[in-house]
Amino acid sequence: MTQQPTLPALTPKDFQTDQEVRWCPGCGDYSILAQVQKIMPGLGIPRENIVIISGIGCSSRFPYYMETYGMHSIHGRATAIASGLKATRPELSVWIVTGDGDGLSIGGNHTIHLLRRNFDVNMMLFNNQIYGLTKGQYSPTSEENKVTKSTPFGSIDHPFNPLALAMGADATFIARSMDRDPKHLQESLLRSYKHRGASFLEIYQNCNIFNDGAFEIFTEKGSKPEETLFLEQGKPLIFGAAKDKGIKLDGFHPVVVQLGDSVSADDLWIHDENDFYKAQILVRIFDDPRKDQHLPRPFGVFYETDRPCYEDVMSAQIQEVISKKGKGDLDKLLRGNEVWTIQ
Amino acid sequence: MTRKEELLQDVVIKFAGDSGDGMQLTGSQFMNNTALLGIDLATFPDFPAEIRAPQGTLPGVSGFQLRFSSDKVYTPGDECDVLVAMNAAALKTNLRSLKRGGRIIANTDGFDAKNLRLANYPDGVNPLDNDSLSGFEVIKIDVTKLTREALKEFTMGTKEKDRAKNMFILGFLYWMYNRDMINTISFLKEKFGKKDDILNSNIKALQAGYNFGDTTETFTTRYKVDKAKMEPGMYRSIMGNQALAYGLIAASEKSGLPLFLGSYPITPASDILHELSRYKNFGIRTFQAEDEIAGITAAIGASYGGSLAVTTTSGPGLALKAEAVGLAVMLEIPLIICNIQRGGPSTGLPTKTEQSDLLQAYYGRNGECPMPVISASTPSDCFDAVFEAVRISVQHMTPVLFLSDGYIANGAEPWRFPKSADLAEINVSFKKALDEGETKLRPYLRDEKLVRSWAIPGTPRLEHRIGGLEKEDITGNVSYDSENHEHMVKTREAKVEKIADYIPEQKLDSGPDSGDILVLGWGSTYGAIRSAVTELQDQGLSVSHAHLRYIRPFPKNLGNILRNFKQVLVPEINNGQLIKIIRDKYLVDAKGYNKIKGVPITKTELVSFLRNML
Repeated sequence: MTQQPTLPALTPKDFQTDQEVRWCPGCGDYSILAQVQKIMPGLGIPRENIVIISGIGCSSRFPYYMETYGMHSIHGRATAIASGLKATRPELSVWIVTGDGDGLSIGGNHTIHLLRRNFDVNMMLFNNQIYGLTKGQYSPTSEENKVTKSTPFGSIDHPFNPLALAMGADATFIARSMDRDPKHLQESLLRSYKHRGASFLEIYQNCNIFNDGAFEIFTEKGSKPEETLFLEQGKPLIFGAAKDKGIKLDGFHPVVVQLGDSVSADDLWIHDENDFYKAQILVRIFDDPRKDQHLPRPFGVFYETDRPCYEDVMSAQIQEVISKKGKGDLDKLLRGNEVWTIQ
Repeated sequence: MTRKEELLQDVVIKFAGDSGDGMQLTGSQFMNNTALLGIDLATFPDFPAEIRAPQGTLPGVSGFQLRFSSDKVYTPGDECDVLVAMNAAALKTNLRSLKRGGRIIANTDGFDAKNLRLANYPDGVNPLDNDSLSGFEVIKIDVTKLTREALKEFTMGTKEKDRAKNMFILGFLYWMYNRDMINTISFLKEKFGKKDDILNSNIKALQAGYNFGDTTETFTTRYKVDKAKMEPGMYRSIMGNQALAYGLIAASEKSGLPLFLGSYPITPASDILHELSRYKNFGIRTFQAEDEIAGITAAIGASYGGSLAVTTTSGPGLALKAEAVGLAVMLEIPLIICNIQRGGPSTGLPTKTEQSDLLQAYYGRNGECPMPVISASTPSDCFDAVFEAVRISVQHMTPVLFLSDGYIANGAEPWRFPKSADLAEINVSFKKALDEGETKLRPYLRDEKLVRSWAIPGTPRLEHRIGGLEKEDITGNVSYDSENHEHMVKTREAKVEKIADYIPEQKLDSGPDSGDILVLGWGSTYGAIRSAVTELQDQGLSVSHAHLRYIRPFPKNLGNILRNFKQVLVPEINNGQLIKIIRDKYLVDAKGYNKIKGVPITKTELVSFLRNML
């Protein structure tokens, strides 16, 4: 690689391209783009070492708007392309932009394999619970009974819980954020970046054309405090406008409790991102907010653990074989073990 | 006792037995032994798709055909001189390929009531006991009994002892063809080095087989085949998939690009993945992906990052990769897609050979999606052909489809291997900086070859975005402009056609420049065509042979060659694919000779077909 000249500090503007951003006005993607552009200068990585790879879908136009290296690839395959890039160029900072259709439906297979292999990449899954680019069919995260163009009588599909899927695939970093909370989104992006390994960040993103208000209950001022639970490491699970409710573990069951005389914060579930077993329960807190007695939807970092990254193990294995066998010798290889000579 | 020694010129042996009998190993040991003597040879392994089909049944038969000769050999032979039949099923499935008067070496234990029933012989009928084999010379040996006898001092179970049966047969053949056994003994030592019992029992069985020939008085003749007159030099034996793997490694060394393979196991391509994964000390990164699509898309990611990226597959896998191949065409990045063809459609005949993916390679993608197609014609040619595929791919910034097939992938032949220093350098360079006057990279700016630059991530100031949407000429920005689209479609086509300026002209393999018939072949039919055409030429007939390595684009002079002959014959192991392209491109009234039986075309059938054409 060419020696990097010292550059003046970058600003978010340095990450904007000359291409007109072509999402629908009001789309949640604008906020996500803005937050990514805001955090990028602070990462201290030269722009040329950042690569953004996307698949197909509204969100996958993302690379065109980022002044970094980028590839807008084919449907569902961004994760696999990123795997090949990271396997061969471990020093690059690789970001994947995908959606609920791209990453969980057509590309679902590559998503789970990327996570289990634990490449050090950052996967941003924009979940809007709808197919936007194809103009409004239900997606694998759409709720049951959803009426869409392809389900005029209601969807009969049971939706994925993306975080539980990531957990099942042994992801080493699992988080959820939303387009409407810029600060939280920036923090989540930074945490994703800092995690060494495959980071799975689900971002609730509003599609104001085909699925407007899908996450309203979590994102709007009036309902947000009661319906969401923001996870903080080492802190009790407290929510509510008056911070007067908490989550307690009753055996393996999370239950909502009212804080007061008989229950104090000390009695609550204390969040520990590194607790593998509790994370299994946490990702399963996924109640339909329309139902009575539902639990609030958690946001933040659910789980993080250390596991060697695929590309590191791959490089180490190559080094190990070289030190055992010596560097490959083409002539020796071509000659093989048994030769004969014709005079 | 004194034995006659008879000098033979050309021998074809087929080793046939149950798929658990170790016939592939026996055959390849005999092959190595033959090769080391400087005798020319060709092999044709033929095995079932099932790893262990029910023992003793017809579908469970595994065969290994070996032809060796003191003359140059181009095919593994149309008919066998010797058939080793380890059981009744092996005899039944292979008898029709045995020459009249040929020799059968039968393991009588494999012809007991159970084996006869499994081979669908009628009750009470044993071909070894009636006169059904009267046209052949039958050597009956109770291999099982003799092997057990030889191993009686070993403490292992009977089942383990019986596993050494193939070594007994091998030893017997070594005796019959006047060989020493050093190479097999050292092979066994390497394979079973630490397992003393298994090693010693195998060696013992091998020697017992040899001594059996030596001491049994019925065998009065031993045979010898002289060294072949081959070009002077140092040789080794090589299989097609192995040569392909070596070709990729050599191309990686000669281009200075690190090798990345993204692949999903599939017959008959998996051996390339196995082979490359052994050579991590060349810095090779092999990635066994979750599916065919991930195999190729991971390779696209690696190529984007500046690696020599390869994906390997067979027909059904190529179908799955098609969309990603289109992406590579659109991105205009290097990528080698190796398709080791097998019988289709669908799952088809996984272990049988066919050339039926040519049209898939040529056209099988959405949109106008041209890319170079290169094919290999013999096992060792896989080395040169894939090396050339890499050169074209990296120098012309295009994916290249490389075609081989099950026949040459698993077949072996002697190879006068090159020295590393004699291999051409593959010059390739990444774009390092903006050009004078450029303020940003124009990723689809082209040079005189119509080739764009390879600007890899990590290069300062060359940040840019590429993707599968149509590109604006020069800038690479997304463009839906109709004029631009037509221009880009034509440009991508012209870029691939322009490669014809950078490849050698087509040469005739044999025969005069003009005459009655040109036989035009591609891929693994090389040996059969070569042998058939030479035979007819020796009889004074006007037949020539041209064999294509470059199928897209064709060499520039191909049209002229075709027009110099009264008739053009295109033999293919498919229902007529190259012939469609040839007729389309050159308006030549070519005729086809097509065989779709999962086996190679033979010299004999081609000779008789050509005779009828003259």
